[in-house]
Amino acid sequence: MNNLDDLDRGIVQCTQAGLPLVPRPYQQIADELGTTAENVMARLRRMLKTGVIRRIGAVPNHYALGFRGNGMSVWDVDDGLVAEYGRRIGELAFVSHAYRRPRHLPEWRYNLFAMVHGNDRAEVMDKVNRIAVMLGADSRAHEVLFSTRILKKTGLRIS
Amino acid sequence: MDDTDRAIINRLQESFPITDRPYLQAARELGIEEDELIRRLQSMLESKLLSRFGPMYHAERLGGGLSLCAMRVPQHEFERVNEQVNVFPEVAHNYARDHEFNMWFVLATETPERIGSVIREIEQLTGCRVYNMPKEEEFFVGLKLEV
Repeated sequence: MNNLDDLDRGIVQCTQAGLPLVPRPYQQIADELGTTAENVMARLRRMLKTGVIRRIGAVPNHYALGFRGNGMSVWDVDDGLVAEYGRRIGELAFVSHAYRRPRHLPEWRYNLFAMVHGNDRAEVMDKVNRIAVMLGADSRAHEVLFSTRILKKTGLRIS
Repeated sequence: MDDTDRAIINRLQESFPITDRPYLQAARELGIEEDELIRRLQSMLESKLLSRFGPMYHAERLGGGLSLCAMRVPQHEFERVNEQVNVFPEVAHNYARDHEFNMWFVLATETPERIGSVIREIEQLTGCRVYNMPKEEEFFVGLKLEV
């Protein structure tokens, strides 16, 4: 692990399943690791600052909350323009993830991925069309892949 | 799910306090008691309204490997391949999608090097090609869902 010591690693392991649901969660982690709550809190703050932790909070289950129309939109954008468009798409409120990924020609031509969320497929398609308008002719092709089934979902496992 | 649950989801998607009594502090901001917040979080986790509560880690910055992979699986072989792919502990999520590329999974490995070897093992076991699509650039991650 990058610049992480045993205490950081211990905190990661203790919180992989989530933060303890007790009044003093950081104290409980500290007790398990044989340190103080102050140390645990300082390390969490540091990992937030360095980006090892993206955020601390609740992760809603899109499906259970009725956002059933999640679509993975994929775009074939000129390599020279993809960074600029990726940033602009990422700023849209209904996009949760946007990434540049490699093409696999000829079977897979798309290099820009954006997850679009809505209450149903029609709403997602409507939002995808807004992205299409933004990209104009700079997008040579695009598709939306809807998930039809969750085949597996586990948390990230880090030893 | 009632208005209090909605308020909890809307307010606690980020910036959970790092203090001695974080639930107490968050509960006060929401106008409820500490034990009620804890009980409601517990209940929303059990009913799967929340998939998680706690720190979200950035896999690559923890030193591991992470990649999105796709496969084109013939429909009649889909269930067999699905079972074979899911057996790998490195497969964190796997989704069926309505496309010729119909199986999409995320690999999370202890080292970046291990991604390639897991892909080769999956290809050998299933007989299907795995298209590796690691992120090359990240533009935005995070969505504040309003419920």
